[in-house]
Amino acid sequence: MPSIYMANAIQAALAEAMAEDPSVIVLGEDVELSTIGATKGLIDKFGANRVRNSPISEATVVGSCVGAAACGLRPVMDLMFSSFLYIALDQVANQAARLRYMSGGQVSLPLVLFAGTGPSGSAAAQHSENPHPLLMSLSGVKVVFPSTPADAKGLLLASIRDPDPVVFLLDLMLAGSRGEVPDGAEAIPLGQGVIRRPGTDLTVVAIGSAVPQALTAATELAHAGVSAEVIDPRTLVPCDWPLIFDSVRRTGRLVIADPARRTCGAAAEIAARAMESCWSSLRTAPVRVSWEDVPIPFSPVLEQAVTVSSAKIRAAAAAMLGAS
Amino acid sequence: MNSDVFAQLTAGYDGVSPARRNLALFARMALIRSFERKLQELFSRGRLPGFVHLYVGEEAIAVGACSVLGGGDKITSTHRGHGHLIAKGADPRRMMAEIMGRTTGLCHGKGGSMHIADYSLGILGANGIVGGGIPIATGSALADRVLGRDQVTVCFFGDGAANQGVLLEALNLSAIWQLPVVFICENNGFTEWMRTSDITAGSIAERARPFGVQSATVDGNDVLAVQAAVAEAVGRARGGGGPALIEAQTYRMLAHNEGEEAFSGQYRPKEEIEHWRGLDPIDRFAAVLAEDPDIGAKELEDIREAAARKIEAAVEYAVASPEPEPADALTDLYARAGA
Repeated sequence: MPSIYMANAIQAALAEAMAEDPSVIVLGEDVELSTIGATKGLIDKFGANRVRNSPISEATVVGSCVGAAACGLRPVMDLMFSSFLYIALDQVANQAARLRYMSGGQVSLPLVLFAGTGPSGSAAAQHSENPHPLLMSLSGVKVVFPSTPADAKGLLLASIRDPDPVVFLLDLMLAGSRGEVPDGAEAIPLGQGVIRRPGTDLTVVAIGSAVPQALTAATELAHAGVSAEVIDPRTLVPCDWPLIFDSVRRTGRLVIADPARRTCGAAAEIAARAMESCWSSLRTAPVRVSWEDVPIPFSPVLEQAVTVSSAKIRAAAAAMLGAS
Repeated sequence: MNSDVFAQLTAGYDGVSPARRNLALFARMALIRSFERKLQELFSRGRLPGFVHLYVGEEAIAVGACSVLGGGDKITSTHRGHGHLIAKGADPRRMMAEIMGRTTGLCHGKGGSMHIADYSLGILGANGIVGGGIPIATGSALADRVLGRDQVTVCFFGDGAANQGVLLEALNLSAIWQLPVVFICENNGFTEWMRTSDITAGSIAERARPFGVQSATVDGNDVLAVQAAVAEAVGRARGGGGPALIEAQTYRMLAHNEGEEAFSGQYRPKEEIEHWRGLDPIDRFAAVLAEDPDIGAKELEDIREAAARKIEAAVEYAVASPEPEPADALTDLYARAGA
């Protein structure tokens, strides 16, 4: 089984999807050259009609994906950085997320907005965003946030085949990580989370780059005699609530590691739902390990100070066990 | 005029003799006018939920433009969209039901006046965001281009939307990719309650020039002039000649939205409105057609009456239609809901 980088897994999924369905096209800034390699070589294989460099006009290119999806294409747009999604927010929030519902279900919009996301090391506040909490609250777009190359490939295949708009976020902190991807890997259905490490004392729900951080923390906690279960939801809309609730009911304790600002983050929603559904099983209040409520700063020291780390996850878990 | 004859006149333009073609244009404009006047009355009587933006005085643009489109061609529309939808063939009964929020509405009561769509007719939706249809029309044309289809998209937008950045982005994108899209700016002189000339630099039609996009300015109250200009642009786009921008000059005869008198005051001179009333596109076309010995004033009057009856029937249909169930609010969000 070959071990490959995240970007190679994305590229493999794109090539497979384009080969199986002539309505799949790829467009965006520098998709011909491909800065992180996710779309590399596609133009040689599929031609300039289906692989299109686009101008830096995020609003109109995202909106064009909406119109194209309504009229028979399955566009995949590479936004490069998820911070740039905000330039196109009207097209995402008022158009892509609304047209099916407002039309009474007349139209399907099978489009994928693909973007590198999150802090990548001193990229500062306009290239480090994680927009998944905002997207979760929109209602109308699906949100995919994988943490391994195998999941990236399988979930991208599913996202492209999905009949609804999908925002596919590739955590840039994981761009340099490798993982095994089975040859002929199948699509992974959206809405199926996975238990990355079973445990009995507490549940850690982790998102994106927080998943490997949580696994590191769990290993260290095990040395201290604490058994942590790590859950990776993989997709946030739809979200595998039964998997999370089942784990929380077993362990009675919940830490959420979410690479996003604390206020109204994914962690806030997960904590609220766990309290609504698992109240009688909880031994103590859920705890969020998330970003401070500030933009991501430039200085490496400051960036580390406000973001999620394995040490912060470990400390939160240890404190919870000590306190309960 | 019996309803069958009127239905024939508003069924389409293919295979219709030139004299009857002009009557069909007239009938379609009369149908839009009746629809809008009825909405004006219903709103004033408090019979409509929400609010409406009416198209009175601008009918020649939608009808002239859509008369040169085929069934596979697409349009995007605006918040002032009823005329575009009727011109492209949408059923006034189901439109009226939508505007009244009924289950038989085209969008089952989830869209309302500003968001009516009928994708089966290539109507990619009215749009409540000013300029919202511009990128969507560009994408529709991209799909036709990529898939090698012989179809064209017409994007209706207003003079207000001409100041949205997406117009310039879309002119650039459609030019570099030679997309079959025709942008039609309905310049009715007003951006909400602001005079557009006060907040707009230069000419809207001229904005196409630096992109190498063909453009034209046309009298938007002359249905045959609109038809000719759009036919040329659509023909060129269909033949691979790329996009075009047409500025159709007209006037907003009614409010930005009905009910504005509650706060707007008299923001434009009565004389100006009277001047444009004299240029009414339906009356002007009637005067031309009445000269035709094969038509005559009586037939035109019959058409207007038949249009009004059809709209009365649409209201009866809508009023008799059920309201949605509260649980219906939770359907239609995703095509595949997932876990």
